[in-house]
Amino acid sequence: MNTENIENPRVVVKDLNFFYGKYRALKDINLNIADKKVTAFIGPSGCGKSTLLRTFNRMYQLYPQQTATGSILLDGDNILDKKQDLNKLRAKIGMVFQKPTPFPMSIYDNIAFGVKLYQNLSRNDMDERVEWALKKAALWVEVKDKLKQSGMGLSGGQQQRLCIARAIAVKPEVLLLDEPTSALDPISTAHIEKLIDELKEDFTIVIVTHNMQQAARVSDYTAYMYLGDLIEFGDTSTVFTNPKRKETEDYITGRFG
Amino acid sequence: MPMFLHDARLKRQSILDSLFRNLTRLAAFGVLALLAAILASLLMGSMPAIHAFGFGFLTSPDWDPVNDKFGALIPIVGTLITSVIALVIAIPVSFGIALFLTELSPRVLRRPLGVAIELLAGIPSIIYGMWGLFVFAPLFADHVEPWLNQHVGTLPYIGPFFSGPPMGIGILTASIILAIMVIPFIASVMRDVFDVVPTLLKESAYGLGSTTWEVMLSIVLPYTKVGVAGGIMLGLGRALGETMAVTFVIGNAHELTKSLLNPGNSISSALANEFTEAFGELYTASLIELGLILFFITFVVLSLARYMLYKLGQREGKAS
Repeated sequence: MNTENIENPRVVVKDLNFFYGKYRALKDINLNIADKKVTAFIGPSGCGKSTLLRTFNRMYQLYPQQTATGSILLDGDNILDKKQDLNKLRAKIGMVFQKPTPFPMSIYDNIAFGVKLYQNLSRNDMDERVEWALKKAALWVEVKDKLKQSGMGLSGGQQQRLCIARAIAVKPEVLLLDEPTSALDPISTAHIEKLIDELKEDFTIVIVTHNMQQAARVSDYTAYMYLGDLIEFGDTSTVFTNPKRKETEDYITGRFG
Repeated sequence: MPMFLHDARLKRQSILDSLFRNLTRLAAFGVLALLAAILASLLMGSMPAIHAFGFGFLTSPDWDPVNDKFGALIPIVGTLITSVIALVIAIPVSFGIALFLTELSPRVLRRPLGVAIELLAGIPSIIYGMWGLFVFAPLFADHVEPWLNQHVGTLPYIGPFFSGPPMGIGILTASIILAIMVIPFIASVMRDVFDVVPTLLKESAYGLGSTTWEVMLSIVLPYTKVGVAGGIMLGLGRALGETMAVTFVIGNAHELTKSLLNPGNSISSALANEFTEAFGELYTASLIELGLILFFITFVVLSLARYMLYKLGQREGKAS
């Protein structure tokens, strides 16, 4: 089912199956994620795109009924290996969710929270890191005078950029974005999309989105999924202008889904 | 004709509406009136004692019915100390219970354990008292207190608090029984508020590589602090006023000693024990004034808690 050969893949998914209890939500997924590019997962609700994303940092492991088989290689290490240290894994793979989730603490502490888990930075270094992350997330100018205030007092779009800053402050290799703009207004959405374009210089980005135009705008590669199958994968312009499969064409032209 | 019918019904409904509104208002103001009435009757009842002893009542350790000399220091100290020790024990245990029930426990265990905790909260306090006196106190006297005497009682600074006769009955025993009684309250409130923390918020913290412990301490607890504080206050309120269980095991002695192993007294157990034998106006008035003090302590504690939460919210910049 896998097609496109990607040179220099950062993440390699091989024969991945995923189960919610007995229900098989992902079926033999094979996929390469390109380094320092944006890969989008699209498809109708329930197709497994979020499920696939959540296997990359093993978020599913919080829930005892959920299991995955197969392998996902990051730098040659199998993420799904039981011996894999979850906390180290999650330092390498950051995630941003559907809704902004600022922690109940100050803006500064929101950013510093993840960094403190792995590194012992001096006060100065931490200040620099917080500033770096907020600048990368295009939020610095708006919040530099109120770092001590609660992150929960920001607007929705600012909160989501705070969450992105928090995820990149740890300097992960891969950034997972699970419908990062679905709760935001169009202007904030445009901000985030511009940001994604800038962030791919430093990070490998995987984005799940309901919005096909968004996938077309921000991604370099697109994977179309349906009912747990990976139907088509290729570079975004090909998938959107010249899809190989009928199902993909039906979905992206709006005849279905 | 139909028009007329419609009007009549409208009119009747608006009368019913206002009747209902006034009834609910009456009920709500009834609570305030009741509070005022209780306060007033406590004040009136304790007037003779207030006149006789003034503020000295609060600081005097005397309790001498024969010579009509009364002071509230010992029961006040006993009430505060037993409640504080009870909370010191109960808060971490309750936190552990709530943490286990919401984050760690397998799904099949959650319901039975939750129900068990609610059942514990429903046990009448006299049963805790009897269990404390007949089962817990002897065990405590035989096994725990001698150990405390030997190992903790010899330490500098904290030693004096843990030396003394191992009788099984005393301030420490009462505190532990109180802790056992308030744990179900605090734990079930904590569990309920932990349950409403958004899954995405927890997942974000896990997604950064936090352990369960870090998620609980840095995310869940700050997010739910108002509810957690509410649960603790509920427990504290119960501990301050708890009567029967404490009466059984505190020893009811009007003595002020450093040792937590010695018997002492609390306001509520002094009231329960002595009202029947209180002869003379001053004795009765002194007991009523004790009640007034308990009322006051509870009120101050609850107000302080509210103020503390308000300040916490301000410091976080929510107001800005």
